[in-house]
Amino acid sequence: MSKQSYLKNFLKYKYLLVELVTKNIKLKYRRSYLGILWTLVEPLLQMLVLTLVFGVFFGKDDPQYPVYILTGRLLFGFFSSATKSGLKAVSSNASMIKKVYVPKYIYVVSSVLSNFITFLISLVDLVCVAAVLKVKPTIYLLEAVIPLLILFIFTIGFSLILSTLNVFFRDIEYIWSVFTMLLMYASAIFYEPQRLINTGNDWIFNFNPIFMCITNFRNAVLYGKPMELQYFAVSSVIAVVSLVAGVILFYKEQDKFILHV
Amino acid sequence: MQKDIAIRVKNMGIRFNLSRERVDNLKEYMIKFLRRDLKYNEFWALKEITFDIKQGERLGVLGLNGSGKSTLLKAVSGVLKPSEGSIHTNGVIAPLLELGAGFSPEYTGRENIYLYGAVLGYSKSFLDEKFDEIVDFSGLGEFIEVPVKNYSSGMKARLGFSIATVVEPDILILDEVLSVGDKKFRIKSENKIMSMFDKGVTVLFVSHSLEQVMRLCDKAIILDSGRLVAKGSVEKVGRIYKNMTE
Repeated sequence: MSKQSYLKNFLKYKYLLVELVTKNIKLKYRRSYLGILWTLVEPLLQMLVLTLVFGVFFGKDDPQYPVYILTGRLLFGFFSSATKSGLKAVSSNASMIKKVYVPKYIYVVSSVLSNFITFLISLVDLVCVAAVLKVKPTIYLLEAVIPLLILFIFTIGFSLILSTLNVFFRDIEYIWSVFTMLLMYASAIFYEPQRLINTGNDWIFNFNPIFMCITNFRNAVLYGKPMELQYFAVSSVIAVVSLVAGVILFYKEQDKFILHV
Repeated sequence: MQKDIAIRVKNMGIRFNLSRERVDNLKEYMIKFLRRDLKYNEFWALKEITFDIKQGERLGVLGLNGSGKSTLLKAVSGVLKPSEGSIHTNGVIAPLLELGAGFSPEYTGRENIYLYGAVLGYSKSFLDEKFDEIVDFSGLGEFIEVPVKNYSSGMKARLGFSIATVVEPDILILDEVLSVGDKKFRIKSENKIMSMFDKGVTVLFVSHSLEQVMRLCDKAIILDSGRLVAKGSVEKVGRIYKNMTE
């Protein structure tokens, strides 16, 4: 297929993308009493627990500590839930893939996109908590968009890679869940990066695009500082590389999916 | 491709790599990889298939179980990609294969019309316009607001059939689905398909029932272990098939 017909094909199935994103969001909370409100309640409750554990029991007295936790937990939560569902996007739609022709990347993109939309909704929490704790917005707030965009691209790339691998090796799902846990502890979500750097382990951060995005997001939202240019550069490169790798791998292997799912 | 050809299949083959044992986890794969034990049996489900279907022709595909009939349908509808050779199609394809298999069980009938319609590549405005027609034809009435998981298999098939046939397709792919739902709906669906025939739709029909193929098609081919062994008018091919199966 030429570039033009890829685009034509995408436009033909654009409405399917919309339908799948709606389906994922609708069904996630169907038959729950609070419905989509859970998107707002869940991170708030988690923030309260973490604030209680680390703030009260471990004696952190920064009044804006809940905002610190919430930023980290929201961004990381998006990455982990999006890759988790993106990873299964191809294998869980096996019955469709075997029967009707549909560009298969639509399944992966739609599952990441629906997670991104619930993530954007949950940012309402952040606005409220920040307002209550009197975090002052600055001009750098505008820069908050950049790390989110980088994180989104990175997540799409990784989901394409993971969903392809998961078709051939079902263990990827379990390996990935252990890996995300590791990544969570390496992303300074509820501790300050300085504590890790003090132990001489700052190399962990230098390979971790999630941490870089979280840091730049915090700079924009919480600290009112310009973003760390080095983090911006490194995380963009990693994001683009993983997207390109994901697209290449997915396109190379997608015709074999039907034989394995 | 000439304008009057609806489907052109040329030297088409589909190869499956059947591993002797199913390796779908990393540990086994690594062990086998290191021991150079990853052997595959190459298996050609279809090989050197060549035929043309002109617009308005109705081609029956005959063959015993495992002869590659369903694989051929999957290849023509674009689900499977040929390992060699090529398939060209001209026009809108409506695959009537395993109706309702793509439904989301938690979704209501109404929601599934939009979802399944989108899977088939319809646009939202088209579905809005045709919504009542689909519900009418399916005869589901108020059940359209009930989650599909509570449907009977007949109701699911009726809804699937109604969605898939709401387009005016150029090419209809049928896999012995003429027996949908109860008798009343069966007659209705046969009438619908017949009216498409009258409009000059091109048909690719798979069956192992010679009687059905003789009744519906004007051309036929026979597949045997993935090879095309006969093609031509339905009378001629029908005789050969009769000799083969008796």
